[in-house]
Amino acid sequence: MKLKQLSLFLENRPGALSRPMRLLAKAGVNILTLSIADANQFGILRLILRDWEKAKKLLEKNGFVVKVTDMVAVEVPDQPGGLAKILDVVEKAGLNVEFMYAFTEKRENKGILVFRFDDPDRAIKILQQRKVNVVASVELLKQEAA
Amino acid sequence: MKKNPPAGFHPVSAPDFLPHEQLQSLQLQRLKAIVQRAYDHVALFRRRLNDAGLTPEDVRSLADITKLPFTVKTDLRDTYPFGLFASPMKDIVRLHASTGTTGKPIVVAYTKEDIDVWSNVIMRSFAACGLHAGDVIQNAYGYGLFTGGLGAHYGAEALGATVIPISGGNTQRQLMVMKDFGATAICCTPSYFLHIIEQAPELGVKLKELPLRAGVFGAEPWTEAMRRRIEAESGIKAYDIYGLSEIIGPGVAMECQCQSGPHIFEDWFYPEIIDLKTLKPLPDGEEGELVLTTLGKQAMPMIRYRTRDITTLTSEKCECGRTLRRIQRIGRRSDDMFIIRGVNVYPSQIETALLKVEGTLPHYQIILTREKGLDEVEVQVEVTKEVFGDTVGALEQVQRNLGHSIESLTGLRMKVRMVQPQTIQRSEGKAKRVIDQRKM
Repeated sequence: MKLKQLSLFLENRPGALSRPMRLLAKAGVNILTLSIADANQFGILRLILRDWEKAKKLLEKNGFVVKVTDMVAVEVPDQPGGLAKILDVVEKAGLNVEFMYAFTEKRENKGILVFRFDDPDRAIKILQQRKVNVVASVELLKQEAA
Repeated sequence: MKKNPPAGFHPVSAPDFLPHEQLQSLQLQRLKAIVQRAYDHVALFRRRLNDAGLTPEDVRSLADITKLPFTVKTDLRDTYPFGLFASPMKDIVRLHASTGTTGKPIVVAYTKEDIDVWSNVIMRSFAACGLHAGDVIQNAYGYGLFTGGLGAHYGAEALGATVIPISGGNTQRQLMVMKDFGATAICCTPSYFLHIIEQAPELGVKLKELPLRAGVFGAEPWTEAMRRRIEAESGIKAYDIYGLSEIIGPGVAMECQCQSGPHIFEDWFYPEIIDLKTLKPLPDGEEGELVLTTLGKQAMPMIRYRTRDITTLTSEKCECGRTLRRIQRIGRRSDDMFIIRGVNVYPSQIETALLKVEGTLPHYQIILTREKGLDEVEVQVEVTKEVFGDTVGALEQVQRNLGHSIESLTGLRMKVRMVQPQTIQRSEGKAKRVIDQRKM
């Protein structure tokens, strides 16, 4: 159920983002979605990729510090209040969200959000009990039909 | 396999255990001869002695050494290249030189006898930390003009150990050779060994499972905290070797297996500690600048050479039984000290502070700038896997912890900047810690 996310340390200077991007491009690794967290002096690039193991090896070989974390992907109806409903569940269950970001792709009329929970296993269990659609990673990572 | 086997007494170590009186009488005999030699053959020394109204005959006891003028690094530069040589070139078998990061390098010379003394003290250095024939010593000090490589090489061979003259650099090859050749000891700078530790997992080498058991680390100041880190992460024993080219190269002093500070090979190098301000000798136990006199150096005698290294001398008995006095590890050089907002700071303080924070490696650099008349310090620290997470908060916490640790040790608030791993230059020789961009 869980989705692997790679996070990379980036220095806050011009060109910091383009280097890992170029590396991944050259190796033909496609990025499904990403987000950047920025602090005063540094940034953290978070990536979700199909072939995360290959990407991790490549980035580490090139001197990046890479961390792998488990994320939870959730389907959100693309309508007003869609996210609020899910956050209600999250809040009531006392699940702590570190951060979240969206997938670029939409499925039918639903968006997909990825959550970083303190305890992803517990979060998945609770979300499923409350009938929130947790998207299986295999489903997200499967190759699009050529 | 990892444990040091019982040291066993190596005959070459005999002078390490000389009774005090015999050692002093040997020192005096050698001191008189070397002062005479320098007076006869080195113009600069003769002139200084004459100016002080002294002759070599005025050295009648070891205490008389304090009457003699100091020699300083600029004397070597001013007389570049051969001005301090006491031997004609036909007797000189080797020249070495400093890297000369600022201006002209300094050149040092050795006669055949000097090389023998050097090999002898290196042999005694290796023996002191439990190495012997049968050990495989990976010599990762740079070979060439730098004294580290060849100095350690000759001593290791004389000991009967197997030397791998791999020289510095090419970490991948270092690790391959270390594993495949079954190295039991390595010689390099402590910062370079840290780099090797870092690279090992990526190259699939488990240092703790290798026969490597000892590291002979020197050529740059390092801290006790760094030693603990090295030992914990590699499973080897880390020993501190001390030396400087002006005196002979590595092998002026070396730690024994008690690891309680390098023993000075006093039969060849006469140590004094002087007060930094008054330049007067200090008693054992007090901190000051280390001053060394070469007692046997033929090609280039050094009389009362000011090393700029700050330490203390101790005559307390060492558990190993050596009678040689010990210096405290050199954590500071008066050259490296910088003054920020009126406070004296040494890079070693920063290093100790950084190592107090879990998970960081002491790959750091200190950048000094001045803005609107105010000194600013930025400490750049490489991010490690251990401290990095996917949240900003966690890393900012590390940054704050580092800042607090520095502040509590130096009393100064410094900016801490996390940088990409491997971006702070790794030196295969001495690590450059301070970059001063202040326009004075």
